[in-house]
Amino acid sequence: MPIVALAWKSLLNRSATAALTVLAIAVSVTLLLGVEKVRTEAKASFANTISGTDLIVGARSGAIQLLLYSVFRIGNATSNISWRGYRDIAERPEVAWTIPLSLGDSHRGFRVLGTSRDYFRHYRFGGKRTLAFTSGGPFEDLFDTVLGADVARSLGYALGDQIVIDHGLGQAGFTNHKDKPFRVAGILEKTGTPVDRTVHVSLAGIEAIHADWQGGTRVPGMTISAERLRAMDLRPKAITAFQVGLESKLAVFTMQRYINGYRQEPLLAILPGVALQELWDLMGTAEAALTAISVFVVATGLLGMLIMLLAGLNERRREMAILRSVGARPLHVFGLFVTEATVLTALGSLLGLALLYAVLLVAQPIVDARFGLHLSISPPTARDLAVIGLVIAAGFATGAIPAYRAYRRSLADGMMVRS
Amino acid sequence: MIRVCDVSFRWRRQDPLVLEIADLEVAAGERAFIKGPSGSGKTTLLNLLGGVAVPEAGRILVMDTDISALPGARRDAFRADHIGFIFQLFNLLPYLSLIDNVLLPCRFSPTRRQRALARATSLEAEARRLLGHMELDTDALASHPVSRLSMGQQQRVAAARALIGAPELVIADEPTSALDAEVRRSFLDLLFREVAEAGSALLFVSHDASLEGAFDRTIALVEINRAAPPG
Repeated sequence: MPIVALAWKSLLNRSATAALTVLAIAVSVTLLLGVEKVRTEAKASFANTISGTDLIVGARSGAIQLLLYSVFRIGNATSNISWRGYRDIAERPEVAWTIPLSLGDSHRGFRVLGTSRDYFRHYRFGGKRTLAFTSGGPFEDLFDTVLGADVARSLGYALGDQIVIDHGLGQAGFTNHKDKPFRVAGILEKTGTPVDRTVHVSLAGIEAIHADWQGGTRVPGMTISAERLRAMDLRPKAITAFQVGLESKLAVFTMQRYINGYRQEPLLAILPGVALQELWDLMGTAEAALTAISVFVVATGLLGMLIMLLAGLNERRREMAILRSVGARPLHVFGLFVTEATVLTALGSLLGLALLYAVLLVAQPIVDARFGLHLSISPPTARDLAVIGLVIAAGFATGAIPAYRAYRRSLADGMMVRS
Repeated sequence: MIRVCDVSFRWRRQDPLVLEIADLEVAAGERAFIKGPSGSGKTTLLNLLGGVAVPEAGRILVMDTDISALPGARRDAFRADHIGFIFQLFNLLPYLSLIDNVLLPCRFSPTRRQRALARATSLEAEARRLLGHMELDTDALASHPVSRLSMGQQQRVAAARALIGAPELVIADEPTSALDAEVRRSFLDLLFREVAEAGSALLFVSHDASLEGAFDRTIALVEINRAAPPG
């Protein structure tokens, strides 16, 4: 088939316009694939954050809200649950383990989580992986802290360093707990979850820094030394939420019903997987909008190509007449234009794919540091290839428009251009 | 070689006839000059002979084949196999090299390709041979885009393309009208020599009566085309 070679040489001859057209298609394909990439990676990352937990329990609010603040450290709890309520449920026979979570403080922009040592034993992420330490170990002392990998890395902390916890969630606020510094007792390995950006202390540690505070401000004239604190009863009065592991999965729904109907205080128990699904459903509209936008951008890219091919049609009538004179059939003329369009789209799609990986390489560390979202660089998925196939098919179809016009004209013109 | 019998043609049903020829014959190897001012139906006649247009009535026999009776794809294949064309201007595809322009008919016609290969070791060698006969320095010109060639050079490349694979018929449509007198003369000489060597018949269409002395026979289109406006 001489037409493919002709189409290729014809495009090379117009390399400037052809290159711009290819670039426009490439950028649009990058966007289309990129949106899909971020969507699936975000989902995978969310789904990897929590596993092995049967129920998450918090004060009664929305399921998604509870999931977001307890697991993903997004947003805040509206109210706490009492220590008694927590223990009541934790001591039930169906319960194998619990992880208490106490949120509300921060350290230089990173959330502080008060928890128990069970956290290091029972927390699971990314399937069945447990937390591991790059150095040190779980907190032992009242003023010990365990840092997530990103906290240690971005603040440059090492084992044994002293850190001061801010009150509330403000960035480096002046209302900090300067008189009670914490010592770094352990640093966790990178997990690719919000754990990396969390400062962990014991529940008693949280109580200790709040012992001389009331209603969000320091009580005037009341300072308690660290030594006296150690002698105090630092059992917390309330926590924010807790994760529950059950002896048997079969008890999940019974237990959930029991907690949701708990008489002493209004509680909410959620199944992480179900709440996550609700979250996806909620985000479905936004995802669809984003996908629709990128599809339109691809359509714009193809429109650019259509304009290029249609604009060249008139000045190429002579070329068509020459081809006809040496024996080309009108169908060859049609094929020439369709091939040009297909080649342009295919090149654009491949360049777009390459561009996606270039962008990923550059953006990966930035997105990881800023949003805690790890974009894995993996070979294109079957879906990616299907998308590229569809784009090329659309390019083929778009090429049929100028091709049909050229076909009609070359039928009418024959070997002489009649103007 | 060519026989046109009682052919009439109009572009569209509601248009008047533009061509009506009772009888036109060109013998094999003959060099015929078709004379006619613009509007006398030259373009139409060439489209009919090339099988790009189909007459409303009558028969067009090229090498005893009634091309007006062939289906479209077969007419295109017939043209590629047996007819070489040279036009007035812009004969070359700007994005193809000198050699590739000459070889275009061989891309569409296996017959022409085989005949070209029978004369030389490769298609490119045959193209170079013909270009050499047209007194073009292929080595010096091959590196330039064909659009940079002079008008006279472009027409000689077009002649080489029309002649490659030795088609039985070469149709030239005003190939010299854009050339100045001296170049025109040498172009004609080269064309005649090569047409003779290939054994092709030559149908040379022009309004320039000063050329007709060089041909075996002159056909005045105004006289044979009954649909032509008088003049």
